[in-house]
Amino acid sequence: MQMPAQFTRVTKRYGDIEALRGLDLTIRPGELVALLGANGAGKTTAVRALLGLSEPTSGEVRVFGSNPRDAQSRTRIAAMLQTARVPETLRVREHIDLFSSYYPHPRALAEVIEAAGLQGLERRKFGELSGGQQKRVLFAIALCGNPDLLVLDEPTAGLDVEARRALWKQIRAFVATGRSVLLTTHYLAEAEALATRVVVIHKGVVKAEGTSQEIKGNAATLEDAFIEMLEAS
Amino acid sequence: MRTYLLEIKYEFLKALRMPQYSLPTILFPIVFYVFFGVMFGQRNTGAIKMSEYLIATYGAFGVIGASLFGFGVSVAVERGQGWLEVKRTTPMPIAAYFAAKLAMAMVFSAIIVVLLMTVGATLGGVVLAPLEAIALFGVLIGGSITFCALGLALGFFCGPNSAAPLVNLIYLPLAFLSGLWVPITFLPKTVQAFAVWLPPYHFSQLALRVLGGSRGESVLMHIGAMLAAAIVFCAIAYAGYRRDEGKTYG
Repeated sequence: MQMPAQFTRVTKRYGDIEALRGLDLTIRPGELVALLGANGAGKTTAVRALLGLSEPTSGEVRVFGSNPRDAQSRTRIAAMLQTARVPETLRVREHIDLFSSYYPHPRALAEVIEAAGLQGLERRKFGELSGGQQKRVLFAIALCGNPDLLVLDEPTAGLDVEARRALWKQIRAFVATGRSVLLTTHYLAEAEALATRVVVIHKGVVKAEGTSQEIKGNAATLEDAFIEMLEAS
Repeated sequence: MRTYLLEIKYEFLKALRMPQYSLPTILFPIVFYVFFGVMFGQRNTGAIKMSEYLIATYGAFGVIGASLFGFGVSVAVERGQGWLEVKRTTPMPIAAYFAAKLAMAMVFSAIIVVLLMTVGATLGGVVLAPLEAIALFGVLIGGSITFCALGLALGFFCGPNSAAPLVNLIYLPLAFLSGLWVPITFLPKTVQAFAVWLPPYHFSQLALRVLGGSRGESVLMHIGAMLAAAIVFCAIAYAGYRRDEGKTYG
């Protein structure tokens, strides 16, 4: 069976800096994997390699068995990137309309609007939306091509509690359909709430992995366990 | 195919909804033409009158502006926003993205050229024969390709905030030194000799040739220079595009 995502001994070097040093990671169907790590641990590099935005220095990244750069892979994986700013003068439905045209089997507009919780905002321009609503638009354009693997790079950074909970609900609904998610986050409570499996990376390699219960061990919270782990290394 | 059309459609909508950015690009060359081409229109520039000469050169000036801003600044901004990166994670053919910007730059160019010819005919007393008008239009729009390539190269190497001032810093002196603002023959001899190295000079000479106002140099040399410049700018843009892939870590 082809795994949604597979990293095999992946390294990535930028000049003198080794961002990934032999990363091994598999995402299975129906799994939501939370990728945790301090700044500089290699999370963004791993995400970029998985999306085919940068080529690993060595090792192999596969998306459903294919090179992430293949058009075939790009129709099955979609991403919500943390840095993205969207052209502000286009309306919500226009953004979705455009992105839907990239895919062979896009979802219906109404369905995407509902899955992202954007009802009533279809005609609003991106620049007029609140931070939480803007994130949901990014979530919608990631969903519209009907992907089997969703990559969420710090999707709730900067959102208030309510907006964060709303997005969690939509992420859970996506996973409930049997598809997979790779989530990076700085909110460990978010990993605890959503992840079927937690992977901690440090200095470009996997430091620990398991359910959030297993990672927690005897610590009171995932955060305590995470800090302990970083201090020990 | 639908993707190409939609990219073009939304590129236009973006421009229409931001008139504060798109209008100056169109009006700048027209206003300049009214100042210099209409007010000093009866002076001679050699074979043709100033009002005729400046239709060709402000036409070139306008086309270069629309190309540099349409490509350079918008690519730099969308790169800086991380928007181009989001699109690159999708199966969107990257050609659709560039085709939309090219279509946009050409339509802006066409608007500028038609407006200039209209102002020339009404205020400047320059009535072009239909074939002349069509040939001038064709040369000016065709030449935009070289400057779209330059814009693209700048777009991949400029930051989102520095792009607009940097483009102006290149655009305005380049236009002046190539004889687009005042006829090249009015400029010092050293500048005239230097202009041969500037793509806008060759562009304007091709346009002037249609009106019988060029310096009579080889057409092949002008076309060759424009093509060579386009190839160099594309190569630089491609290097910038590749460079983006190695960037950022965390």
